Amino acid sequence: MDLTYTDEEEAFRAGLRDWLSLVLPELPAKPSPQDWPGRRAYDTAWQRLLYDAGYGEVHWDASPTQRLIFLEETEKAGAPYVGANFVGLLHAGPTIASEGTPEQRDRWLPPVLRGDEVWCQGFSEPDAGSDLASLRTRAWRDGDHYVVSGSKIWTSHAEVADWCELLVRTTPVSESVPKHRGITWLAMPMDAPGITVRPLRTLAGSTEFAEMFLDDVRVPVANRVGEENDGWRVTMVTLSYERGTAFVGEVVACRRVLGELAREARDNGRWDDPALRRRLGRLNAEFSALWRLTQWNVSEAQRTGGVPGVGGSVFKLRYSHARQELYDAAAEVLGTGALDLAHEWTLDRLSSLSYTIAAGTSQIQQNIVAERILGLPKGR
Amino acid sequence: MDFQLDDDQQALKAGMRRLLEGRFSLRDATDRIDRALWRELGDAGFFSLALPEAEGGVGLGLPEAVLVFEEAGRVLLPGPAVATFLAAGDVPGAATGEAVVTAVDGALVPWLEEADVVQGDTSGAVPLRSVDPLTPLHRVPDAGGLDRGALLYAAEQLGSAAHTCETAVQYARQREQFGRPIGAFQAVKHLCAQMLVRAELARGAVYAAAVTGDRLEVSAAKLLADDAAVRNARDCLQVHGGMGFTWESEVHLHLKRAWVRAELGRSARAAEEELAEALTEAP
Ligand SMILES: Cc1cc2nc3c(=O)[nH]c(=O)nc-3n(C[C@H](O)[C@H](O)[C@H](O)COP(=O)(O)OP(=O)(O)OC[C@H]3O[C@@H](n4cnc5c(N)ncnc54)[C@H](O)[C@@H]3O)c2cc1C
Repeated sequence: MDLTYTDEEEAFRAGLRDWLSLVLPELPAKPSPQDWPGRRAYDTAWQRLLYDAGYGEVHWDASPTQRLIFLEETEKAGAPYVGANFVGLLHAGPTIASEGTPEQRDRWLPPVLRGDEVWCQGFSEPDAGSDLASLRTRAWRDGDHYVVSGSKIWTSHAEVADWCELLVRTTPVSESVPKHRGITWLAMPMDAPGITVRPLRTLAGSTEFAEMFLDDVRVPVANRVGEENDGWRVTMVTLSYERGTAFVGEVVACRRVLGELAREARDNGRWDDPALRRRLGRLNAEFSALWRLTQWNVSEAQRTGGVPGVGGSVFKLRYSHARQELYDAAAEVLGTGALDLAHEWTLDRLSSLSYTIAAGTSQIQQNIVAERILGLPKGR
Repeated sequence: MDFQLDDDQQALKAGMRRLLEGRFSLRDATDRIDRALWRELGDAGFFSLALPEAEGGVGLGLPEAVLVFEEAGRVLLPGPAVATFLAAGDVPGAATGEAVVTAVDGALVPWLEEADVVQGDTSGAVPLRSVDPLTPLHRVPDAGGLDRGALLYAAEQLGSAAHTCETAVQYARQREQFGRPIGAFQAVKHLCAQMLVRAELARGAVYAAAVTGDRLEVSAAKLLADDAAVRNARDCLQVHGGMGFTWESEVHLHLKRAWVRAELGRSARAAEEELAEALTEAP
């Protein structure tokens, strides 16, 4: 049990801090959450800065501990979040790095690292959310192309993406082909003819995700990652990254917000309410422990060779709930101010509602914990 | 940073588990202290673990103390182990388990009549009909008490929370209703998943507080471990159905002890106020 960092790690931290203190004051103002083209430009410019400074590959090549330090320090310093680069950097990229051919790695990885290309994730469908393997978007072979038809939904930042990590069905479900077989993982260029993207408004008012209609879209067979019909296994690699260290920076951010909340309450007089104080005190314990749990999971990943384990589900269950409680407490501190969309916390409260749904709902995470960690029998 | 247990720590924990499981049975436990077991624990270095070697101790630290108290919590070892541990080095015989030491803790004194030495002012102490049949309790009027033991109580709560989670899972695998193990039903599965999540979050907090020794982290650890022990015991009881409500199953003993420990060391109210106050300080 050791919570100290090595000299090498501390040097990495110090170098990063120095660099952040130089570049952050020079950054332009963040575009509004509604302006996705603006956000794409902003997020990719930030990725380019990181790349030029040698931090481009931190999500892939660095050790889990270095990645932890990177996310901690960038969040503490108020640096931009991965944003539009999320899918490319945090799951499509790592998936291609581990499952792609050398040509595929050369084609797709450098542009992600340089911030030249943005990816989105086309997994969910209107009738296949939690039950992802029941997806129905079809792909037929036509010479050296797949011809894809179907629809996808909840595709985050599809409007501004260049590539889509797409799951398609290449063999229909039958008695001999269960639904987990027959799925294939493709990299689809978003400018291919036949793709229609229809933005969906979230309850927070932004258009961060979209519906995608695919009508005979031709995708080269060379864009297939993994074997035909082996996409489910590749998908598991993708999901383990998605649920891995993706929330590290956010825990740091929540701890900062909690402090701001307490100081706001002291200024506006609500601090005199012991019930509110105790609620904030408990949240302090919660986020402090979530940070320690993060370090626990990271040091475990470090020992087992870097791939995030199912511990991510334990963390996500508790974190997604705590984040919602944090912003409910913020509403209590703000009083009627909580009804004012001009307040950042009001928007954050709205978007916190997605945390128990996106990347696997809390119910699905509980099934994973119960079946994969505790070994309880599978239900139907 | 390698937050995981090292080989020595794993061996220590496993050794303590073997000793306790081999030597102690909750089924036969009473509200009398098993003096022979107390001395065996003393011989094994349980109470003297953190004393310097020059004073006859083992010279280990808080993280190791937390690991052995977690094991004591798993089996629900009765007796004022925390107070005796803290008295080792000051009270003769405590380190070796020859003397049983208790202390005034907040408004309560556990094991007042059984103990050889009592630390703190017990004047006016009144016996309670303790809710926990294995922990005799006295209440003292307006005693300040020492809360040095918060982290060790938290470690015991963690052990209990982990144990009730495992017990529930075991029962859910084997008990059948409607022709299938009840663990195949999602309502039961989700209770169990939340138990694991609570125990793991408490583990992160307790182990980290043991490493840093930071007062606020100890408060956070106590708060989360109390919560994990109490709520896991309740959920474990629920998973056991009618059997859980009987004296036959041991679940009720874990719940009752968890309630007692939640009042010892540092209460939720005190911990929450302290953690809230710290938030208002400048970032
Ligand atoms: C903000 C946001 C961004 C997203 N971004 C993307 C993206 O970029 N790409 C992408 O592919 N997807 C994305 N998603 C989709 C997300 O992964 C799905 O919404 C999620 O997996 C749930 O699927 P669903 O919406 O179809 O709900 P459903 O699966 O229909 O679930 C509805 C309810 O039923 C419950 N339920 C379902 N099955 C079970 C079960 N077996 N046991 C118990 N309860 C069950 C669920 O927990 C939920 O409460 C995003 C979602 C959100 C909210």
